[in-house]
Amino acid sequence: MIGDVFTWLTDWSHWTDTRFDTGIITQLLAHIRFCAMALAIAMVIALPLGLFIGHTNRGRWLVGAANALRALPTVGVLVLLTVIISPQFQGRTDTGFLIPTVIVLVLLAVPPILANTFAGVQNVDPGVRDAASGMGMTGPQVLFRVELPISLPLIFSGVRSAALQLIATATVASYLPLGGLGRFIYDGLAQQDYPQMIGGGVLVAALALLTDLVLSTVQRYVVSRGITGRYSTKQVGAPDPRLAVVTEAEGARA
Amino acid sequence: MIALADGASSSPLHFVEYFLDHRSEDLGLLWSHTWLSVVPVIVGLLIALPLGWVARRHRWTYPPIMSITGVLYTIPSIALFVLVPPLLGLDTLDPLQVPIALTVYSVALLVRVVADGLASVPEETTQAATAMGFRPLERFFKVELPIAVPVIAAGLRVAVVSNVSIVAVAGTIGLSNLGQLFTQGFQLSTPDAYYPPIVLGIVLCVLLAVVLDSAVVLLNRVLTPWRRAVRT
Amino acid sequence: MIRFDAVTKRYPDGTVAVDELDLEAASGRITVLVGPSGCGKTTSLRMVNRMIEPTSGTIWLDDQDTATLPTHELRRKIGYVIQHAGLFPHRTIVDNVATVPFLLGTDKKQARRTAMELLERVGLPEHFAKRYPAQLSGGQQQRVGVARALAADPPVMLMDEPFSAVDPVVREQLQDEFLRLQQELGKTIVFVTHDIDEAIKLGDQVAVLRVGGRLAQLATPAELLSRPVDAFVAAFVGRDRGYRALGFADAGTLSTRDEPTVVLGAPIPTGTDGDSWLLAVDGAGAPQGWLDLGADFRGHDTVTDELLYRGGTLATQGSTLRAALDACLSSPSGRGVVIDEGGALIGTTTSREILDLIEAHEPERQT
Repeated sequence: MIGDVFTWLTDWSHWTDTRFDTGIITQLLAHIRFCAMALAIAMVIALPLGLFIGHTNRGRWLVGAANALRALPTVGVLVLLTVIISPQFQGRTDTGFLIPTVIVLVLLAVPPILANTFAGVQNVDPGVRDAASGMGMTGPQVLFRVELPISLPLIFSGVRSAALQLIATATVASYLPLGGLGRFIYDGLAQQDYPQMIGGGVLVAALALLTDLVLSTVQRYVVSRGITGRYSTKQVGAPDPRLAVVTEAEGARA
Repeated sequence: MIALADGASSSPLHFVEYFLDHRSEDLGLLWSHTWLSVVPVIVGLLIALPLGWVARRHRWTYPPIMSITGVLYTIPSIALFVLVPPLLGLDTLDPLQVPIALTVYSVALLVRVVADGLASVPEETTQAATAMGFRPLERFFKVELPIAVPVIAAGLRVAVVSNVSIVAVAGTIGLSNLGQLFTQGFQLSTPDAYYPPIVLGIVLCVLLAVVLDSAVVLLNRVLTPWRRAVRT
Repeated sequence: MIRFDAVTKRYPDGTVAVDELDLEAASGRITVLVGPSGCGKTTSLRMVNRMIEPTSGTIWLDDQDTATLPTHELRRKIGYVIQHAGLFPHRTIVDNVATVPFLLGTDKKQARRTAMELLERVGLPEHFAKRYPAQLSGGQQQRVGVARALAADPPVMLMDEPFSAVDPVVREQLQDEFLRLQQELGKTIVFVTHDIDEAIKLGDQVAVLRVGGRLAQLATPAELLSRPVDAFVAAFVGRDRGYRALGFADAGTLSTRDEPTVVLGAPIPTGTDGDSWLLAVDGAGAPQGWLDLGADFRGHDTVTDELLYRGGTLATQGSTLRAALDACLSSPSGRGVVIDEGGALIGTTTSREILDLIEAHEPERQT
């Protein structure tokens, strides 16, 4: 079976589009498109909100409310929104399916980014914050010159956690008649073409690992060495995206 | 009048009637969903406890254990579902594939949580316990583990709640659980939207997540009476 | 000059942290606020740079009402040092120090150059500049904290228990360097501590506050030791007040007697004439310790380090009565060793003579 999967993946004809089938490259780009759109929208919503709530300590309930969204079954919400929205878009475009998919993905990505941004700002050593305003920094200066750079590791771990969940869940978009790498999984299942189905799984896993690698590399260069501790031989290391989920859970209790 | 009646039956608010009409079938889905959400977390915790303990006790094992489980946690659920059978030599739609995949997830998440929880035990406490003559295993079960409960419980809540959602994903590749209500609803929605099974599935999933989450919170409270004593 | 004029801080729940405080911190001097926890000392300090807003009353900075300035402008004029330093973990040491100049829009290069000079001034080697706070010990971080507060050369500094989080040895070192630095800079400093010994050591004047934020006594350290106004201050200032007060009494020039000595490495002298203690000095004439001539020297021909009794303290000529008396009391021979600024032996004195000086001194004694 593993050999069959390898054969399916290494067959070049599966990578390019043909008259009957959409190739891996096209589906990969579609997959990345959903995820990137959703991640961008989620960040535009969650980052400023998290910074604001963390800095002012007002509206903490929003973080808890966002965390409660996690109890929603993603597939269920996707189907529900599709049933509501897609009839409004008749015709040849896939907008009717794209909109619910992106909404579901945004709903999924907001909680980890919001909770971690909030927790990051909240966790800044009160002494550091005190020193910053005591030296005459204005509110925005404290936020952007001190709190934000110090919370970057946690913010990154929230974004990484969100990105992983997006890549995993965008697969479900193929449950609707949409593209993406999930297409191979659902089509393979329907056609009992298991090498194709498992090959699709391998591709999704590979995309997730690669994305996390890229984001962790960006993180290395963006976060100050004074915080990561990469100034000495003693490697403190970047926070694990799993930590995001636990800090979120702490946030939910608050 | 007829049109109105039709509209009412497909209204989102009629999920209760839908449930009553298909009671035995829906209860079966709920039951298997519950089973799939809970058992992998318990098995995962049982595996993660010794692993987390090892990662704490022998510091050199910490980085490799965390990297390997970190990679496992990165793999998307649906990919893991389809990858488990070929890797373990099972049939492609073996009933064990989903529980195994979910167990792998739970282990991957909980190893870190257990290790961090044990790290949250103050050094003085473990040293005092050792000085009083606790043997390592005794110390683990009677001192370190109880103190680590709040951190582990926080991880368990995440594991259980996300499992409820992931199990529904497994429903889309044909497994019998609440996810099937979404498939049914989707299929019944052509040409016109038919909401009851979809809404019912969402409601049951959320209820299940809330109940399981509360159970973990309750368990945490029961196991850590000293924290309650401080709060009141 | 910082002046508190009937300053009160009352919280919404009714607790009064500071109650009608009147206090003047003189320019160029160190004013220490000291008291038990809950006495409002930190609140008082933080009201100066308006990290906490007073409920009523006025705080004057020279002849300016602090309430009339925008807070961030006020704060940039006031150095601020806190416990644990509160350094920015994401910035290098030099950039931490240059924080306020950066805020004021000083040219980056110039600000960093000033920062480097300040680091040297607080006793940190140049190669620390590119490090991050996490790489420094607590004491080193605190030095950076002081340098950072000095960076914009503010006339006024507020220091909130800056040395209380480091170990006693480092604390003493930091205190000594702080006093030396203040001698050069002459800032107007308000310093908060809960440690009465630190207050007495550092303060030009000490304000003792009692719980509820009322000023109990404002006095020089010597006066505080000799004339506590009431039982609370007396208890807070603590034991051995009489003895500690001697630490503020100049002993003047001590009359000394010549002391016979033996140089390290010389043969052990034999024969005692009544007194068995002989002072050993090194080649430069600096006292090293006492040799007990009555002891058993088997296996030794010359005076070596390990034969010496080193328990005695040394009094420098011109030091305080406390140091002089301590030198006598701690000396096994009963004779206190007096040295000059360079550390060389001048002679010895006795506790009887010091006690006579104390009797004659007396100006602070209550009548």
